[in-house]
Amino acid sequence: MDFVSVLSIFMLACCVGYYVVWSVTPALHTPLMSVTNAISSVIIVGALIASAAEGSTTSKWLGLAAVVLASVNIFGGFAVTERMLAMYKKKDRPAAK
Amino acid sequence: MSEAVAVNPWVAFIYLIAGLCFILALRGLSSPESSRRGNRFGMVGMVLAVGTTLVTHKIASLPEIVVAMAIGGGIGFVVARRIQMTAMPQLVAAFHSLVGLAAVLVAIAAYANPGAFGILDLATGHIHQVSRIEMGLGIAIGAITFSGSVIAFLKLNGNMSGKPILLPARHVINLGTLALIVALIGYFLTDDALPVFAAITALSFVIGFLLIVPIGGADMPVVVSMLNSYSGWAAAAMGFTLHNTAMIITGALVGSSGAILSYIMCRAMNRSFISVIAGGFGTEAGASGGGAAIDRPWKRGSAEDAAFLMKQAEQVIIVPGYGMAVAQAQHALREMGDLLKKEGVRVKYAIHPVAGRMPGHMNVLLAEANVPYDEVFELEDINGEFAQTDVAFVIGANDVTNPAAKTDKSSPIYGMPVLDVEKAKTVLFVKRSMGGVGYAGVDNEVFYRDNTMMLLADAKKMVEEIVKAMG
Repeated sequence: MDFVSVLSIFMLACCVGYYVVWSVTPALHTPLMSVTNAISSVIIVGALIASAAEGSTTSKWLGLAAVVLASVNIFGGFAVTERMLAMYKKKDRPAAK
Repeated sequence: MSEAVAVNPWVAFIYLIAGLCFILALRGLSSPESSRRGNRFGMVGMVLAVGTTLVTHKIASLPEIVVAMAIGGGIGFVVARRIQMTAMPQLVAAFHSLVGLAAVLVAIAAYANPGAFGILDLATGHIHQVSRIEMGLGIAIGAITFSGSVIAFLKLNGNMSGKPILLPARHVINLGTLALIVALIGYFLTDDALPVFAAITALSFVIGFLLIVPIGGADMPVVVSMLNSYSGWAAAAMGFTLHNTAMIITGALVGSSGAILSYIMCRAMNRSFISVIAGGFGTEAGASGGGAAIDRPWKRGSAEDAAFLMKQAEQVIIVPGYGMAVAQAQHALREMGDLLKKEGVRVKYAIHPVAGRMPGHMNVLLAEANVPYDEVFELEDINGEFAQTDVAFVIGANDVTNPAAKTDKSSPIYGMPVLDVEKAKTVLFVKRSMGGVGYAGVDNEVFYRDNTMMLLADAKKMVEEIVKAMG
């Protein structure tokens, strides 16, 4: 992929992000932060490439360290989001008369 | 040959699907009902991205990678399980710092082994020029995210004073450092020597620290959102380096998400983003905001009075703020709400966008205490109702209820949207003591109104006493 096509994906994704995020209800802004946190750890892809590659031990160990950090975020981020979202409940209709 | 990392079009396609899953994850958050499905989409996207990377690269060190993921995943999982909901702002700040540091490590790894990342120009033996800019930006944003988030974490966690710490000539220092970083990234384009790369990294760590140190506690919602945004841009920059669509899409999503949240927070405080980032709010304000008002008369009420008033009411609106979180009063508060509902009183909750230390902080705490989310309202939706409300119960909030924001042009919070609690027939104001003023350092006129009754005690204790008095 050349730079321009990568840039177009980026620009379009920014537009999508803009509309999608405005549609998030304010009540869920904290879960929004924790889930964006979790997905931004997709940077683990770079860490995996570094730790998988042969040729540089420095690069490999840096990559592995980054894998640890990003994994904390991925598992922690999704788990804490799930925990929060499970707490949002509607009024139980039968209880209200 | 060295151009693309993902040669196979199918691989690029799967990364694209992962990116779409992340979009759906955010889309799900438009309502609580669809939110959990959204979160699952996020997980699927991550599995796709990680799985594809592992399958398509010659893995020379799979056991080490599995161990690394197990260690990190284990830590993350345990922390996510144990963390108290009141500590969410700290946790999110800590998570941001990890993303930042991971971005820095990946960028250094890419610098050390450019061949593996497909960014080596085989003709010259140097890193591609475009990649140098992307890497330079990636490592700079990553480092700023890391050190900034560490400071934000320390402030939110109480390890460091929430008061703004002001260095002399900080604006000059900050702008100078930023300019130097930009210049170095420019120079990196012509010379990819290690000292240049190291200098960019070091200066970025320093500027992240300098930027966050002067910002005070109540401006933290903006800071946390801003760092959220940065962590996204860091991921996007690395995505450019690797030509990885999943990373670029995610980076753009997270980046715009954080930016929009920062904007919403700034608007809710009627302050410009620049003035928040410049920091130091609340230090010079004390003198201008009604310092002479100390001797005005005010009424003090007891838990019994409060219980009586609320039981007689038709509608009670509860206004929680950061003080409720500090006192962990949300569960007692819900109990009080339940008792009132049993008495036939309508109970609603009004949330100001900047109540608490991060966007949506109060909503999560109320949800934790089992308050149904359809009883919780945002400022615009409920502000008109105070006039028809018998009791407004303010607990741990202050500045967000201050009518001076509407009338007093000299007030530092003038123009900030506030909850019109003073329009309710009676205002019950739970506060630790009369001495303390809100974060902005302004006295709140509501305290001295005829229809206000001050309930001076720890928030949780007071609510528990009210519950007892109601029973």
